[in-house]
Amino acid sequence: MIEINNITKSYKETMALSGINLHVNEGELFGLIGPDGAGKSTLIRILMTLLLPDSGEAKLDNLDVVENYKKIRKMVGYMPGRFSLYQDLSVEENLNFFATVFGTTVQENYDLIRDIFYQIEPFKSRRAGKLSGGMKQKLALSCALIHKPKILVLDEPTTGVDAVSRKEFWEMLKNLQQKGITILVSTPYMDEADLCDRVALIQNGQILDVDSPKQITEKFPRKIIQVGARNMYQLINDLRAYDKAEAVYAFGQYAHFTGLNDEVETNELDNYLQNLGHEKILVEEIPAGIEDVFMNLMEQ
Amino acid sequence: MKQLRSFIKKEFFHIFRDARTMLILFGIPVVQLLVFGTVIKSEIKDVHIAIYDQSKDETTQEITNKLLSSGYFLLDENLDNLDDIDAIFRKGKVREVIVFENNFGQTLGKEGIAKMQLIADASDPNIAKLAISYTTAIVNDYIRKLYPEMQLPMQITPEVRMYFNEEMKSAYMFVPGVMALILMLISAMMTSISITREKELGTMEILLVSPLRPVQIIVGKVLPYLLLSIANAFIIVLIGHFVFGVPVSGSFILLMLETILFIMMALCLGILISTAAKNQMAAMFISMIGLMLPTILLSGFIFPIENMPVVLQYFSHIMPARYFITIVRTIMLKGTGIFFIWKETAVLIGMTLFFIAVSVKKFKIRLE
Repeated sequence: MIEINNITKSYKETMALSGINLHVNEGELFGLIGPDGAGKSTLIRILMTLLLPDSGEAKLDNLDVVENYKKIRKMVGYMPGRFSLYQDLSVEENLNFFATVFGTTVQENYDLIRDIFYQIEPFKSRRAGKLSGGMKQKLALSCALIHKPKILVLDEPTTGVDAVSRKEFWEMLKNLQQKGITILVSTPYMDEADLCDRVALIQNGQILDVDSPKQITEKFPRKIIQVGARNMYQLINDLRAYDKAEAVYAFGQYAHFTGLNDEVETNELDNYLQNLGHEKILVEEIPAGIEDVFMNLMEQ
Repeated sequence: MKQLRSFIKKEFFHIFRDARTMLILFGIPVVQLLVFGTVIKSEIKDVHIAIYDQSKDETTQEITNKLLSSGYFLLDENLDNLDDIDAIFRKGKVREVIVFENNFGQTLGKEGIAKMQLIADASDPNIAKLAISYTTAIVNDYIRKLYPEMQLPMQITPEVRMYFNEEMKSAYMFVPGVMALILMLISAMMTSISITREKELGTMEILLVSPLRPVQIIVGKVLPYLLLSIANAFIIVLIGHFVFGVPVSGSFILLMLETILFIMMALCLGILISTAAKNQMAAMFISMIGLMLPTILLSGFIFPIENMPVVLQYFSHIMPARYFITIVRTIMLKGTGIFFIWKETAVLIGMTLFFIAVSVKKFKIRLE
């Protein structure tokens, strides 16, 4: 459904995208995972015909993003990074406006947005600027869907939204996927990768890996040791000081430790930390997550 | 068509829901008109004078009375010493001193010529000039009435008539100017700001991705402001007429048509600005500094174009307001028709078409 061949794009000196190749299947929920500044938005804007690539080509439903930009604009739903709504228009007015602009009516495609819109319907006369982040996001999604797009593209839809709304949002995306819409979504949150059918890890304008989240973590060869202790700060410093440490990252309330050549065993690390006087030590080997993979790929 | 209507409706929501926009649209024109109306003056009122009357006869007395009853002058002091003149000017309040020579009336009767001296404080040259010419006019008028048959050989008395503005009312001058200024500012500034706001908020991204055509976006942006600016022009003409007594001697319909043309021109200019400006701030500065100041200074609104340095005179040719002010003055004050202003009208039409062409061409269908 989405074909990207060797796309490059640079802004003045900085290379935003260098030789991106990507393939998204029809009906897929595809995740573009990467930190801020990785080039996610640039890639999405090229697909949305808003930017011209320096070289390479991209096709949506066999339509070229440069030549057939008008046709593409009619069949895609786009939700930009910032919730691009009119803050001074009410929920209802926003929705009606976007429906008319895309040559349709709210009634006509209400089925598609019902599940999303019913949650904000009680506030339909409220100005969009006065909605909470989660509600804005739902309204923006409703607006992007109102013309029944074949492909839905969302640029960091969950940034700045609370955990509950994020979870709800992903459920909505899953439902939309059931209705046959191909979805491309970008996010800086690694934990959201598991919710996609396939993901592309992107960093510094390059794709590091493309696969299903499960495959990506399963094929990861390294041994990850999760370590916890009362004094996190001291713990991380001590782990980094350990002579057989290769990488140590803070992951929420734990630290993830990778030993040189994976030779470090859990009890070895446990002893080391006990000798240093740490309390409430917890050391266990865990399967790698997307973030571990990402950190590792970034190191290389 | 439906898309366009919905777009225009949205635009009106933006305007009516934003207190600041409403204030700029309707508050500023009225305030500006009233402020300019009371501040810019080329007429004098209650100028303080002193008189040094060495003759003190019937004629000088009558001239003095006539001066003081005109409403232009207030007598501060009667001097009886030449040295006092300098002193009284230094005090600063008195702007003009009138000196009558000895035996003024008698000499005038006998020889038909008498001397009086007008001394003015030229630290404010405008007032000095005005005071002198007002005094001269009043004295001449008196003499003429006194000796209607007096005809000395070789004596030339220029009779000045201020056509179209007999009383030299400054309101006649500034109403067309303020009209041009306000319409220019509001039309150009508001459209450029409203387009750049969409860029800033990111809604432009969605509008671009939507099937809306550039022309629809531009027309949708322009039309609401066109209607509001026409309402504004109406208000200005009404205030000019009822508060400052500026007549509309010519065709009101022609005046409105020319005004709409000028507004169109300014709106297109606003769109052009928005294609260049990255954010609302930039758009506002370009409109303010790039449009407002030249409009005030170079359009002939305040300073006559003929008195400018030649370079600036050439520069004034590209000021759209220059042509509009000429048009408005011609219609409102002279009451003549399109035959006398077709050139200016043609220039404005040309400018409008140029700006439309450039903005449609420069309007980006993409983000860069």
